[in-house]
Amino acid sequence: MKFLQKMSKDMKDRLITFGILFGAFLIVEILILTGGASRHLQAMLIPICINMLLAVSLNLTVGFLGELTLGHAGFMSVGAYAGCLFSIYCKDLLPVFIRYPLAMLIGGAVAAVFGILIGIPVLRLKGDYLAIVTLAFGEIIRSVIINLDFLGGAAGLKGTPQDATFISSFAVVVISVLLILNFLNSKSGRAIKSIRDNRIASESCGVQITYYKMLAFVFSAFFAGIAGVIYGHNLNILTADTFDYNKSIEILLIVVLGGMGSIRGSVIAAVIITALPEALRGLDKYRMVIYAVLLIAIMIFNSSEFGKRIREKYDPKKLFAKKNAVKKENADE
Amino acid sequence: MEFLSNLISGLSLGAIYALIALGYTMVYGIAKMLNFAHGDVIMIGAFTVLATVATAGFPWYIGIIASVIVCTVLGVTIEKIAYKPLRKANPLSVLITAIGVSYFLQSVALLIFGSGKQSFPTVIKANPIKLGSLIIQGNSVVTLIITTIIMVVLTLFINKTRLGKAMRAVSEDKDAAELMGISVNRTISLTFAIGSALAAVAGIFYGSTYGFVDPYAGAMPGIKAFVAAVFGGIGSIPGAMLGGILLGIIENLSKAYISTDLADAIVFGVLIVVLIVKPTGLLGKKIREKV
Amino acid sequence: MNNQRERTKMVPVPSHSIIPERDANFLPILEVSHLGINFNGLKAVDDFNLTVGRTEIAGLIGPNGAGKTTVFNLLTNVYQPTNGSIMLDGYNTAGKTTEQVNRMGIARTFQNIRLFSNMSVLDNVKVGLHNSIKTSLGASLLRLPSYYRNEKIANERALELLSIFKMENAAYDKAGSLPYGAQRRLEIVRALATNPGIILLDEPAAGMNPSETAELMENIRMIRDTFHIAVMLIEHDMNLVMGICEGICVLNYGRVIAKGTPDEIVSNPVVIEAYLGKKD
Repeated sequence: MKFLQKMSKDMKDRLITFGILFGAFLIVEILILTGGASRHLQAMLIPICINMLLAVSLNLTVGFLGELTLGHAGFMSVGAYAGCLFSIYCKDLLPVFIRYPLAMLIGGAVAAVFGILIGIPVLRLKGDYLAIVTLAFGEIIRSVIINLDFLGGAAGLKGTPQDATFISSFAVVVISVLLILNFLNSKSGRAIKSIRDNRIASESCGVQITYYKMLAFVFSAFFAGIAGVIYGHNLNILTADTFDYNKSIEILLIVVLGGMGSIRGSVIAAVIITALPEALRGLDKYRMVIYAVLLIAIMIFNSSEFGKRIREKYDPKKLFAKKNAVKKENADE
Repeated sequence: MEFLSNLISGLSLGAIYALIALGYTMVYGIAKMLNFAHGDVIMIGAFTVLATVATAGFPWYIGIIASVIVCTVLGVTIEKIAYKPLRKANPLSVLITAIGVSYFLQSVALLIFGSGKQSFPTVIKANPIKLGSLIIQGNSVVTLIITTIIMVVLTLFINKTRLGKAMRAVSEDKDAAELMGISVNRTISLTFAIGSALAAVAGIFYGSTYGFVDPYAGAMPGIKAFVAAVFGGIGSIPGAMLGGILLGIIENLSKAYISTDLADAIVFGVLIVVLIVKPTGLLGKKIREKV
Repeated sequence: MNNQRERTKMVPVPSHSIIPERDANFLPILEVSHLGINFNGLKAVDDFNLTVGRTEIAGLIGPNGAGKTTVFNLLTNVYQPTNGSIMLDGYNTAGKTTEQVNRMGIARTFQNIRLFSNMSVLDNVKVGLHNSIKTSLGASLLRLPSYYRNEKIANERALELLSIFKMENAAYDKAGSLPYGAQRRLEIVRALATNPGIILLDEPAAGMNPSETAELMENIRMIRDTFHIAVMLIEHDMNLVMGICEGICVLNYGRVIAKGTPDEIVSNPVVIEAYLGKKD
């Protein structure tokens, strides 16, 4: 009985995640149709989808593989430029419904190839070194793009068709989240989580560490690349400076806020972080400070002895379990 | 001659990196963490000089003293509030917290000083030295002299004094040092204090060299100094000095002879090559993972 | 407690080791010769020779710091040896990685428990089953029927393995939340899941009370008998070592100082000296 109950945990998780996604989608669509959605809200929808993709994909490496990568914006930019170049060249050759999905696949694939190339040296490193080297790669990508004339250089790349729509972006988010959840609940996902929890034990269980680290890294890059393509097709002009270190940190903030290792959390946090600046227009000056304090506070709460004590004291599950234990003891007597 | 002049300004830039790298490497050696916010302490140091000298009109030496005091207090406070609770946490959480602190310092500076570049007051007044056709900036000379003195004093401090020995003991084995009666907490605080004070000095030199400060001014030199620390071998004090100076020279020569825009990329390229070829850096020790 | 120990008849093999007579006609699972490693000039393990029979329960004992865990780390290629060779089931493991050596048939547990503590108990075992689950990446991503089929098989197998230690009811608990003894047992289950020919147990009874230890002894015998594999264990609990090990190897300062049956070892003056110090 217990087995059956738990078996569906994965299913239940999915139902909740997609329930939230589709629920939000329905509300937004109704608002748009009834004219209840302000222009500000409508302008935010695609960026929200982009941030969802970025956060969910970064969560693969930070939350599930347990390695901090600070060059996520780099993969996003590679995908954006590849996808946009493709769309610019094929603007008159292909209709949107072929061109745009193809651009996404190309952007994702190019980002994934970069993921492999960068992953080969980077994944031999661990912890702080890995973080700083991915940061370095992100910066290298940015300065190289600025120096490449065919990518528009510092002035930016112009002429990308504005193919991004809310509905298509939402569809991409749904498909991506589904694929990532499938990935995480497979033997590959378990392998990746096991590397996070204990690399040496994982090796001793015969898990091919290098392969699975690479797999997580490449997947992460692939979806970041797709996010980049949507981003590029939502703007008139694509400049490399948008994909700097601060962009990577913003994505990291979403992941941390939503909970490292929680896909649903990333999805929800992406909405909050993207929509917050609009909601707190008066507090715009303090936004960055709030983010920073939030980041520090969450980490201390989640990882310190102090935070642990508080969480244990007020853990609803534990409180409940204790009561049960007392009951059981009494029953034994 | 032009090469020599580039070399000397590279040396001076390298000396600044070395000062910052010392802070990274000491903290890494003792607290086993990458203090991502270290670069931003430099920026705060530079802004302190700006506020005391340019805005409040104090003389330059008050500015320097204020900057050192502010940075030292800031460094120790950051450690106490943000890092100390996480001493037993996994490295990933500590690193993310450090990034949060860095972000915090930047955004607070943004609130107070605004995002624009502000011109840095003249703190170092030294005339350029002319040797035939070679002109050396006064700034470079002062930077080099002061940095050399600081490094000598620091090396003596680490190697000869009781506190220095305590620091080395803690970096070697925290638990054993604790059993020997060394206060680990105090030693870590001291390390942050010294590192941040050095960052203040580096901030002044950096501001004087480039002539401006903005809230993001610390991020890049901070990251590059970390590259320098890794290059020299993280945890090694002579390594940080060597790495810093080499990196400064590499950066300046790339700017002069390859491309200004790609100089940063080249510096990061150095990091990647070092980590792949010799992850322990030039003077670092190999650490075996315990199983 | 079971006081009448059944003594296995041991026979000598060329490398100055003894193996159970029943294994003598088969290729030994492990043949280690002249294994050694230097840590910065210090010989942590030096000239280590050992043969383990296919179904033997072997013990590796010695005072603290004798190099026992280092031997395990060498056998699993966590450390690459400075010299010597390891033949696992007839194949040389030189130059292989830890994960390759595992797939060649060696599994282990750790002295300081190394579970995947944020994952469920069941998933811990399923990581052990990793290489026996043949689902392709594409099938996992698209959830093709083969994914469901293979996951079902894996779940059943994992629960079956957990039932050795009667842990199937804890299958969905977080591994890190298990009590200490259960964590040690889970490590053994996870190691077994990799389908090894020999399993290395690093202090399996550490922190267990006498009745738990007695149960563990039964379980180790049972594991050997059901899976037909060899067991090699490091342990300080002499009741356990003398109770279930057939051949024992004693290590001191990185060198083998004695080998033999439990009875030979307890009466060996060199061993007594290593443990208690020289009599003046």
